[in-house]
Amino acid sequence: MPPRTLFDKVWDAHTVRTLENGQTQLFIGTHLIHEVTSPQAFGMLDDLGLAVRMPERTFATVDHIVPTDVREEPFADELADQMIKALRANCERHGITYFDLHSGLQGIVHMVGPEQGITQPGSTIACGDSHTSTHGAFGAIAFGIGTSQVRDVLATQTLAMSRPKVRRIEVNGTLPPGVYAKDVILHIIRTLGVNGGIGYAYEYAGDVFDRMSMEERMTVCNMSIEGGARCGYVNPDQTTIDYLEGRPYAPQGAEWEAAVERWRALASDDGAHYDDVTVIDAADIAPTVTWGINPGQAIAIDEDVPHPDRVRPEERAGVLEALAHMKLQGGAPIRGTKVDVAFLGSCTNARLSDFREVAAVLRGRRVAPGVQAIAVPGSTLVKEACEREGIDRVLIDAGFEWRAAGCSMCLAMNPDKLVGDQLCASSSNRNFKGRQGSATGRTVLMSPVMVAAAAVAGVVADAREVFGTAEAVSA
Amino acid sequence: MAAIAPVRTVVGRGVVVHGDDIDTDRIIPARFLRCVTFDDLAEGLFVDVRFDEDGRQTGHPLDAPERAGATVMVSGRNFGCGSSREHAPQALARAGFRAVIAGSFAEIFFGNATTLGMVCLALGDADLAAVQAAVDADAAAELVIDVDEASVRVAGHTYRGHLPDTARSALVKGSYDPLAELLGADAAIGAVADALPYVRAGGAAR
Ligand code: SF4
Repeated sequence: MPPRTLFDKVWDAHTVRTLENGQTQLFIGTHLIHEVTSPQAFGMLDDLGLAVRMPERTFATVDHIVPTDVREEPFADELADQMIKALRANCERHGITYFDLHSGLQGIVHMVGPEQGITQPGSTIACGDSHTSTHGAFGAIAFGIGTSQVRDVLATQTLAMSRPKVRRIEVNGTLPPGVYAKDVILHIIRTLGVNGGIGYAYEYAGDVFDRMSMEERMTVCNMSIEGGARCGYVNPDQTTIDYLEGRPYAPQGAEWEAAVERWRALASDDGAHYDDVTVIDAADIAPTVTWGINPGQAIAIDEDVPHPDRVRPEERAGVLEALAHMKLQGGAPIRGTKVDVAFLGSCTNARLSDFREVAAVLRGRRVAPGVQAIAVPGSTLVKEACEREGIDRVLIDAGFEWRAAGCSMCLAMNPDKLVGDQLCASSSNRNFKGRQGSATGRTVLMSPVMVAAAAVAGVVADAREVFGTAEAVSA
Repeated sequence: MAAIAPVRTVVGRGVVVHGDDIDTDRIIPARFLRCVTFDDLAEGLFVDVRFDEDGRQTGHPLDAPERAGATVMVSGRNFGCGSSREHAPQALARAGFRAVIAGSFAEIFFGNATTLGMVCLALGDADLAAVQAAVDADAAAELVIDVDEASVRVAGHTYRGHLPDTARSALVKGSYDPLAELLGADAAIGAVADALPYVRAGGAAR
């Protein structure tokens, strides 16, 4: 067998056959579903008189629409209430494992899979949500899909897929102090563009990813989709294995030993063919923030916002539109821009390590007057872990609201929304116009520690200055 | 399963939504995703740019009376980026659109739209600008998209674009909804499943 990438190995092991149009019928070993993109798919199944082919490989939770303050049902929002009821009913009817709101295990779908050990190396994972790419952190091939495809997976446990090319993105060297996984992926997207990944799966490799924790790898893989890639992954290693050991759905005993051996063999072989290789020096990455209305419109915290007269002609219209929406001055620093809301949350950055880092810098500090600061753990388990460690107290004492798990202000399908043209320093993944619930709302994406710095300073700020470099050193 | 109608041509009037990187939050804001069917999505289409904060129309081309009944949307590069929500092409379809012409498409949007039989034709920059100009200039201009040729004819000119072979053949053959074909491989699906240890082990927690 010639040397292969992890992608090749997983794809080949899951290939059912080639379809008439040349696409691959790909077996999906793990299907994750949630309340937003599944009800219509179940409706289509019913219309066609089809059953769920492998309910035991389908896992559900509720995340997008759940309120993060008052969680009693029925929800005040009738439409949201209909959605949770529909999900519950569909799971019951089809025998699907469902991590319900009060199960103690509910959370953003991309947190729940890893926490439970459902997300495993070498698996294929699909979910009706573009940030399914998160699960690639484990060396899984994980795709976001549309609702008709949710139907396809429910009915057949397979998808019609075109095989993407594979680009290896190596980040070598050591990240400077105060630079986090979020900065790494924002830097990659900025470098390769929001279109750069179209047609590709991204393999993240090199010193920086080797040293990252699983939670940091998830942050990076999560935003592969913002770079246009359909999925992104990191080769499994000891870090992956240590994370999974003992999780509820991970293999146990003799099965565990066998699984570990298989997982170790999955990593891309030396000499494997890549369609493209991009190499980035870790030393070039700074704390990064977005200034515009797509995640590629990002700059280092000490850079100036682009001036429309000084960009390439084909970029000019986009820059002008972004500046107008963001109410920013071209050529001016982003630092010092007034912040109205600070949001710590989302499947990009609402894990225990994120809150630990934030608590470490926030201890004894206060959110600036006039800033609404909310902290929304990504899962109920993260919430409880934070509370056991007293992290919630540190955040509350600093002036943050401490909420229950859900997507919250990442996309504002629940009551957490920006109002008018409020500017939000956000640890989430998308800064599109209207994303956080107000058509004129403004989003500046950044790492959780930078969100904390913005909350304390009341303006977009350099965490290394606000907290002092020593404190802001990456864990 | 019912047979699917082939899509060989789309003929209709157009409307241009200018700009690159038109994302799915723009096409259909998240609050319209609070639904258990796709039935009412048309009203949310581009709603945040069509109305201001007081609910007044902003004069968006989608609301121009002479554009009513348009079936071809013309936009810029990287159309449909962002989320995987099928609500985006569903909203377009329910508002009557049968094709989108753009500089390029985000992958998930492209797949979702194609599965619905919606044609996503990509044009090079100069051709796209010409088509945008022709449609902007004349609301009555008829666009004729030939799927097999991956071309569009408007105002007396034909522009050749790009439509990947898989999508093109699926549209013209009426096999763009893959479910029937996927269902036809039951034994092979079972064989692949059985060869995968993590699947064999089933979904039970220990
Ligand atoms: S947190 Fe945001 S990006 Fe993640 S699944 Fe929820 S809405 Fe999507």
